[in-house]
Amino acid sequence: MLLLTLAVEQVVNGLFLGAIYLLIALGLSLIFSLGGIVNLAHGAFYAIGAYLTIVLSPHLGFGGSIVAAPVLVAVIGLLVERFLFRRFYRADPILSLLLTFGLAMVAEQALRMVFGAPPLPYAIPQALRGQIFVGDFVLSRYRLTILAAVVVAVAGVWVLLQRTTFGRVVRAGVQNPDMVAALGISLKPYMATVVGLSVGLAALAGVMLAPISGVHPAMGAEVLTGAFVVVVIGGLGSFWGVVLAALIVGVVRGLMVLVYPGFAEAAIYALMAFILLVRPRGLLGERILRFE
Amino acid sequence: MTQGSIPTRHLHTRRHLLQGGLAAGAALAMPGLVRAQSGQPIRIGHLTPRTGFLGPLGEYAVMAAQLAAEEINAAGGIDGRKVELLTEDSVNPQTASSKAERYVERDKVAAIVGEISSASALAIGQVAQRGKTIFLNTGANSDALRGQDCKRYMFHVEGANSMYVKAVGRSLTEGGLVKGKRWYSLTADYAFGHDLLRVAKGFMQGQGGTFAADELVPTDATDFSAYLIKIRQAKPDLVISNLAGNQITNFLKQYAEYGLPFPVAGFGFDTALAWGAGPGNFAGTWPCLWHHKVDTPSAKAFVVAFTKKYGKPPENQAWGDYNAVKIVAKAMADTKSTEGPKLVSYLEGGAKFDVQKPRPGYFRARDHQLISEMYAITALPADKVKDKWDLFTSTPAIPAPNEDMEVLAPTAEEAACKLEG
Repeated sequence: MLLLTLAVEQVVNGLFLGAIYLLIALGLSLIFSLGGIVNLAHGAFYAIGAYLTIVLSPHLGFGGSIVAAPVLVAVIGLLVERFLFRRFYRADPILSLLLTFGLAMVAEQALRMVFGAPPLPYAIPQALRGQIFVGDFVLSRYRLTILAAVVVAVAGVWVLLQRTTFGRVVRAGVQNPDMVAALGISLKPYMATVVGLSVGLAALAGVMLAPISGVHPAMGAEVLTGAFVVVVIGGLGSFWGVVLAALIVGVVRGLMVLVYPGFAEAAIYALMAFILLVRPRGLLGERILRFE
Repeated sequence: MTQGSIPTRHLHTRRHLLQGGLAAGAALAMPGLVRAQSGQPIRIGHLTPRTGFLGPLGEYAVMAAQLAAEEINAAGGIDGRKVELLTEDSVNPQTASSKAERYVERDKVAAIVGEISSASALAIGQVAQRGKTIFLNTGANSDALRGQDCKRYMFHVEGANSMYVKAVGRSLTEGGLVKGKRWYSLTADYAFGHDLLRVAKGFMQGQGGTFAADELVPTDATDFSAYLIKIRQAKPDLVISNLAGNQITNFLKQYAEYGLPFPVAGFGFDTALAWGAGPGNFAGTWPCLWHHKVDTPSAKAFVVAFTKKYGKPPENQAWGDYNAVKIVAKAMADTKSTEGPKLVSYLEGGAKFDVQKPRPGYFRARDHQLISEMYAITALPADKVKDKWDLFTSTPAIPAPNEDMEVLAPTAEEAACKLEG
């Protein structure tokens, strides 16, 4: 009974972790599916989001910076797209891999130069502190609030992709960019928007984690591998695949910490290996002409 | 990844080539002059992790070592010779070992200073021993380094784990948190944590306490929620952190997030991590070797110089590397030598050093531990915090003025060291 209570509490904590992965993995998946760019700098945008929160909060409060920081990072993303990414669409993935790896290192070093390597303090707003009791279960008020915010954000992305003209063009571009081009539609502005949106989501994750995790320059690298695992498990080009994978990875990791902490990190890689053996395209991965 | 050191490195090599050429010329002409030449700088190799979960502390270490070198050079160097500080990211034990090797073999450093990871310090200690080059460990706490793994050429400015446990143990005993109490401990799952847990268990069981549980936490863990809900179920009298580096910041932030009512204490600590957690999140009682509020003239001068140069006060890791460089310089000036064996005899001989505390420090010949005072600090409640650096109150120096300086240090039984070579 005791273990069951712990397990239920930890599933919620796992879902929270999964939600953070999801925000990062969704963008990774979108940028890769549409532009063929493996964005190793994605974690850097997450870190920049966290640092911007610290800079903006004294002026805007937590509520203000949870909106402003991702928007600012999205603007940075648009610039990066315009001057760097655009040259590498549909080129050899090795090139974009090297580019974004370099970009990640530059960003991490820049954060270190401006803010220093030691973690910076940032606390949960007073109103979101403490516990919520649901029967026998105790949950963190902050994590529940964030979980709700992620659900709203992800639902927004889904509506954008599934229910708007913009989304239809993006999905068509993922499947067959040549056909889109033949119809006389330029993918460039769509690609720019997708990059802006994607890095904005990563920054949102950074804002959300800043109050409960160390804000330090290497924090982006910490989450990036987890997010890649989510994308691989979920399958490329699939919105729901990424959602499902993020939740599974979060919960598996959360429960492993409860049962056998030393294996928590390795467990998600074992899970990835298993899924790749059974379903090489990932759980809900679609066939993408350009990459197969 | 040797951020920061690449440009200077090239300069060094070029200048070194030039000087090497000149020296060779002089040697051919007048062999007797070579040893006496005063212009050639004395190289000290600094090695400490700049990346990973100990990276934040490494940054303080590098800043402090650079400040010490600058101060030495501004005061005329060592016997008229400038100090040249080389800096590298030790990354992990394998890299630390090969970089230490390069310092000794290629760069011909007169001493190696630094390190934080106990595993890397052991690797560097072995290289130093082979090369007969002194190594001053500034941040590795494992008792084993002073015991079974001790080395003739390795000295410890950093305190041993058992010193940390005994220093904070006093405060906990006075607070009634030891005898008959149940502790729940979280331990960093690597050499440092294991060693600390062993020492902590020895202390606690000797004092009549028990463990509700002790959990090993992987060093890459960032989410502590699972441990926190287990702690809540266990209802311990005290939560003990044997964590390290960024882990401590994450743990403190999430402990505050869950608002658990149990008191917190830790056996390993660095003030940078308290600053990273911030007011309202930083909680509990912790040991430290030194902090920026220590009230002695030389401590104040160090804090002023550091704050002026870097815009923030030094923390305890900065203290270690600053003093290590100063100690090396004083040893070389006093012995008029840069030769390893002579420096070892000098340091073993009980020379005293001003280490910015009430009483001067000295190295114990038996295990090469720097004997100096320690402090236990306690977090202030958020509404009592006046500025972001002054988050805690401190005990007076431990041991007290009327006590033996060695009461905290490991006894011969606790850590048996056989120095060879």
